[in-house]
Amino acid sequence: MTSPFSLSRFWAMVLKEFVQMRRDRLTFGMMVGIPLLQLILFGFAINSDPKHLPAAVVNADPGPFSRNLVSGLQNSGYFDIRGGGGTPAQVRRLLDLGQVQFVLSIPSDFSSRLLRGERPEVLLEADATDPAATGNAIAALQQLAEIAVARDLTGPLSRLRRDEPPFELRIHRCYNPEAVTQYNIVPGLMGVVLTMTLVIITALAITRERERGTMENLLATPLRPAEVMLGKIVPYILVGYVQISLILVAARYLFDVPLLGSLMLLYAVSLVFIAANLAVGLTFSTLARNQLQAVQMAFFFFLPSILLSGFMFPFRGMPGWAQGVGEVLPLTHFLRLVRGILLKGNGPAECLPHLWPITLFLAVMLAVGLKRYRKTLD
Amino acid sequence: MTDAGLAIDVEGITKRYGSHTVVNRVGLQVRRGEIYGFLGPNGSGKTTFLRMLCGLLTPDAGSGRCLGYDLLREAGRIKSRVGYMTQKFSHYEDLSIEENLDFIARVYGVADRPAVVRRCLEQLGLTDRRKQLAGELSGGWKQRLALAASLLHNPELLLLDEPTAGVDPKARRDFWEEVHRLAAGGITVLLTTHYMDEAERCHRLAYLAYGDLLASGTPAELVRTSGLRTWRVEGTGAAALVSRLRQLPGANQVVPFGNVLHVSGTDAARLEASLTGLNLAGLHVAPAETGLEDVFIHLMERSRDNFGGKERAS
Repeated sequence: MTSPFSLSRFWAMVLKEFVQMRRDRLTFGMMVGIPLLQLILFGFAINSDPKHLPAAVVNADPGPFSRNLVSGLQNSGYFDIRGGGGTPAQVRRLLDLGQVQFVLSIPSDFSSRLLRGERPEVLLEADATDPAATGNAIAALQQLAEIAVARDLTGPLSRLRRDEPPFELRIHRCYNPEAVTQYNIVPGLMGVVLTMTLVIITALAITRERERGTMENLLATPLRPAEVMLGKIVPYILVGYVQISLILVAARYLFDVPLLGSLMLLYAVSLVFIAANLAVGLTFSTLARNQLQAVQMAFFFFLPSILLSGFMFPFRGMPGWAQGVGEVLPLTHFLRLVRGILLKGNGPAECLPHLWPITLFLAVMLAVGLKRYRKTLD
Repeated sequence: MTDAGLAIDVEGITKRYGSHTVVNRVGLQVRRGEIYGFLGPNGSGKTTFLRMLCGLLTPDAGSGRCLGYDLLREAGRIKSRVGYMTQKFSHYEDLSIEENLDFIARVYGVADRPAVVRRCLEQLGLTDRRKQLAGELSGGWKQRLALAASLLHNPELLLLDEPTAGVDPKARRDFWEEVHRLAAGGITVLLTTHYMDEAERCHRLAYLAYGDLLASGTPAELVRTSGLRTWRVEGTGAAALVSRLRQLPGANQVVPFGNVLHVSGTDAARLEASLTGLNLAGLHVAPAETGLEDVFIHLMERSRDNFGGKERAS
């Protein structure tokens, strides 16, 4: 008669689990790594009040008031003014390319009209594809700009100080004028879904062969590594396109997201992104010893992708190191591509700067995967 | 020293995993059209050796030629001319029979593929069940499918790793008929087995234990070179005598076969004297032919002694 609960049996089980845990380094690493990663990411990287946002100034007015306005912006800490030279069209292009988040245009008669008390207009164009990234900066600008200018209205000019601001700040929330969050989230979701599903699916691909014993047969055949790898990638590219199409339909008819750019272009750039994700999955597949490990690795890749790419939190709100990690990830660049094409109507020229980092990532991953794919069972 | 008559000609093949030598300087010559049997206890390195022959594993030492191609440098050419049947069913269980055959035929670049696959299905008698998933097949059918798949590309050499494990006697007999028919057609067959009756159906045999090739030759040669002489001890109550007989001077081993005991020893005169001195009532003692099984048990016991019983799980 065996007792319903035996301490010694229980203890044997506990010891066995510890031994297995120690043997399985990856699971152990995940158990430690994921909480750490989340702590670091949520604790430091996520900043819903991003500062030092890149801005460009087109200042046509040589007067002192506009100079003070610009330095006031700079001192607010929200704006990092870089460049400003060039024609308004050139500066505006920086916004299209995503190199700056704001463009401030000061008209040539700003100082003179201010002195005449005519409340001149200043135009601030903001890249509002991600409303969370720009909201606080715009709010800060309205206050800070008034103070910066009002400070100079002393002595004989103090008559110009009135209850209402001495000039009018016009704000254009470009690409997403109503600051609809879905406009930002839905196109972003396309990249997130592709990353999550494609990496996991392919991470299982080779591991499954190994686990089911079919790898032995596969290796005994004249199949070459590249044939196996590409043979496993191509079917899933189609899967990726089906997913993109579904999300596009949902974006258009469910969320009313504007689809400004060329869908052909979107499908074309997606090819590189899908291939990059599949290459990551296959590389994991060659590294993992079983399917569970493969899924864990996929998750390990997915977590920084979703948190550091600018999908969940404004990219420019993250500290430098987090942005650095984010710049490596394909999802970061794909988000910019999708938002650029769908919301800004970007063309091929604007896509190029975000396309090559994904291509580079793809090439490196494929090289690692091919090198790791074992032609033998050794 | 390439001999056109040799399908396999390797020397000093060694495979280590860390400090553990799985295959230790094994040399093997197999003639074309020969059925060569590989025997040995579990974990003796048979599967590892087969995998090295077909390029699945890289030997740590040794060299040689397989079908005239260099084992180390021309693995790709060897692969396309070898049919390999793994111990465990290694086709896709989630693919149908026909899809599996079609996949293999494509991978090997078989000419006139649809016809070859159709003919293969007909020969297997699986034409009606070709849409069935391979995972739903019984062990015997899986074995037949795997053999058929390994033959699709007309290989010159067949490597079969325990092809009849878990297969019923009828299917085993069919299988051996097929193997002999293939060998008669010029295909070389190298297979591993645990069954003595199968060992006796091979042209030549090799015995591998703990990585070492202990003996090789035709079944008759193996019996002769073992130096074993065997007596049968028959009658009621014979089984109870095993431990007593084992202690007889000159008795190397006592193996029960039902009601019969095989008592074997290398020192024939001494063993005969011991047995006649027993004078057991109701028991019949007579000289018998030493069988392959006696030889292999002898080899296994001897290697275990030599290696201090370092047996390991396969």
